[in-house]
Amino acid sequence: MDLQTLWFIVIAFLFTGFFVLEGFDFGVGILLPFIGCDDRERRTVINTIGPFWDGNEVWLIAAVSGMFAAFPDWYATLFSAIYLPVVIMIMALIFRGVAFEFRSKHDNPAYRRFWDWSIFGGSVIPALLWGMALANFIRGVPVDSSMNYTGGILNLINPYALLCGITSLLIFTLHGAIFLALKTTESLQKKAMNFAKKLWAPATLLCILFMAFSGTETDLVTHLGINPGTIPVFSVLALVSVIFLLQKNAAGWAFVMTSVAIAFSTITIFMGLYPRLLVSSLNAAWSLTIYNSSASDYSLGLVSMVALIFIPIMILYQGWSYRVFRQRISVDSELEY
Amino acid sequence: MDTLFLARSQFAFTSIFHFFFVPLTLGLSIFTAILETAYVRTGKEKYRQLTKFWGTLFLINFAVGVVTGIVMEFQFGMNWSHYARFVGDIFGVPLAVETLLAFFVESTFLGLWVFGWEKLPKALHAASIWIVAFGSTMSAFWILVANSFMQSPTGYAMAAKATRLELVDIMALLLNHNVWQQFPHVLAGGMVTAGFFVIAISSWHLGKGTTERNAFEASLKFGAIFAFIGTILVILAGHSQMQNLLKTQPMKVAAAEALWESENPASFSLFTIGDEEGLKDVFSIRVPKLLSFLAYNSFEGEVRGIKNLQKEYEVQYGPGNYMPSIVTAYWSFRLMAGSGALMLFIALLALSRVIKESYTFSPLVSALLFWSMLLPWIANSSGWILAEMGRQPWIVFGLLKTEQGISPATVVSSTELMISLALFVTLYAALAVTDLLLMKKYASAGIERTE
Repeated sequence: MDLQTLWFIVIAFLFTGFFVLEGFDFGVGILLPFIGCDDRERRTVINTIGPFWDGNEVWLIAAVSGMFAAFPDWYATLFSAIYLPVVIMIMALIFRGVAFEFRSKHDNPAYRRFWDWSIFGGSVIPALLWGMALANFIRGVPVDSSMNYTGGILNLINPYALLCGITSLLIFTLHGAIFLALKTTESLQKKAMNFAKKLWAPATLLCILFMAFSGTETDLVTHLGINPGTIPVFSVLALVSVIFLLQKNAAGWAFVMTSVAIAFSTITIFMGLYPRLLVSSLNAAWSLTIYNSSASDYSLGLVSMVALIFIPIMILYQGWSYRVFRQRISVDSELEY
Repeated sequence: MDTLFLARSQFAFTSIFHFFFVPLTLGLSIFTAILETAYVRTGKEKYRQLTKFWGTLFLINFAVGVVTGIVMEFQFGMNWSHYARFVGDIFGVPLAVETLLAFFVESTFLGLWVFGWEKLPKALHAASIWIVAFGSTMSAFWILVANSFMQSPTGYAMAAKATRLELVDIMALLLNHNVWQQFPHVLAGGMVTAGFFVIAISSWHLGKGTTERNAFEASLKFGAIFAFIGTILVILAGHSQMQNLLKTQPMKVAAAEALWESENPASFSLFTIGDEEGLKDVFSIRVPKLLSFLAYNSFEGEVRGIKNLQKEYEVQYGPGNYMPSIVTAYWSFRLMAGSGALMLFIALLALSRVIKESYTFSPLVSALLFWSMLLPWIANSSGWILAEMGRQPWIVFGLLKTEQGISPATVVSSTELMISLALFVTLYAALAVTDLLLMKKYASAGIERTE
């Protein structure tokens, strides 16, 4: 395996981790205004993701800096192309990040409501936009022979991308509801379970619809073959199984299955892309690939060493932090946020 | 409007704003860690309360620092796509390493620290904030490795097709002299920022006749020592940085001194009003030989002037204007160094009070100790303005001009830039106000109420 392929896998892995982990804390943020009846309940909801959300978000930052180091042209073309959506996404993350810290530091109900809705908006927007972004990577955007974007903002807003964005939004919300069912007690837990059961059908339906449209809107089928292999199939099957697990009250397994569904569908998209990074809708030869966009072997070798040593270590200490905070949180717990 | 101007404004605005929060994070994380270590070792309740009090202020500051840092990770691609392509092979490496080594550590262990008071053993809890402090310091190191490449490029070669630069020697990149002067300078700047922040808030409480005298006297003691050591270090590191700049970016030094012609021995400008068009002084007070002394530790030695360097660069790099904005470089240097001198004076004042254990302040001393809190922020910002504006017209010194680094206007239009800049300015202004109000609330609440 060459270093370019290794880094394609590393970045796909980081995006997968970002969607699985930040996926549930986006979901929790989206549910926040609807699931918490009073301030105490809303604080409890926020505290379930309190120790984790920042560490989860770094997976995105790591993916982006990995793109810069390993595929500078991908990084340059992509973020100049999707300029305004990125600005909006960053603003959403800014609002969301400070909201966690600022929200409970002042008593005024209007002040707290403002930050609750910031957490909501700050979770909806990135969840939607990253889904749309991934769909556009593979559907193709107008990129010319010198790797510059020639389209406008309207090229990015198409039915296929919107479908993917709404699908990811719904799956993350489902994922977050199941996480809440695992982390809370009593009435909050019940409400979270109910949300999860209601969200399952539309999320699964859209996911299947998205897979079907991928057949016509992208070259996923020609790329992966008529039998796409186990990973895409399992991502759908995992999602289908969730409702049965929820009905048996097996929230833990349901969470595993939404994680598998998110991970496998992300991997499917990256498999469909490989070895391309950003498909050019103007001319297939102008697509950015892991070879025409990559850094030198020397730089790739260096960052590979760092990544292969420190990503496993990071997984160990993040895993440990999840273990430390494994207990459920009730409205009577001592709350930090 | 001109896309170059807008893109530069946006970069300057977002990075200066981001750096309002970074130095306090660097210094206050270490300060909080020291307090918690004192608690673990002595078991004294006072230190636990102080850890919580300063830790809360640290967290309010940290939150804004983190979120404004997100922009930095994206904007080289957004606004500076040609730059990202041209130097990504080099510049991307420290950025990726920073994320993998520093950001994951910082974010995960900060979560453990904030939520782990009841869940972790005391020593492990204190270790978490040390790890956060270490992570922040690592982050500063790697980002300065990246910035140092822009200031004085090392370890690179032009790629075969001459379309970009490539990294050929990682050790040369890491051992860049600029890294090892800028890194201590920034770290010491963080200590100074935290030190004066602590002095200001502690002395304010003491002056108000707080019932928590004991705890704030202890804070003031720590703060004064922090500020004093930090100020000495920041001046020493800054001095050696200036000497190194004479070799790597003599134009920046000449501009910071408004030294039009080469001089030997060179004089130091105390106050100059210059004519930037005519490249001459309108009015100037200069100390003879002092610049040579600062530059070479000797009253002899030539310091090259702006006009001479301009001619040299025309020969070396072809026709063009190689002068930064002299007025910006000159005054940002004076603001930074002047704040540094004032800080040394005030740190000494605070330290002498701590040594004499005299904690009753006259109104003048109170005001001095309180408002000196602003000096590190002035120095931090003007220092970076000098570093970045003084390097112009280069984005990577000698290799790529700023105007060449920008994303094509066909990709990122001036309309898009105006929208994004307006959004950032509005959002950041609101953030600044909220942050200041919360800081004020929690700083003035005192220790009991923070619990």
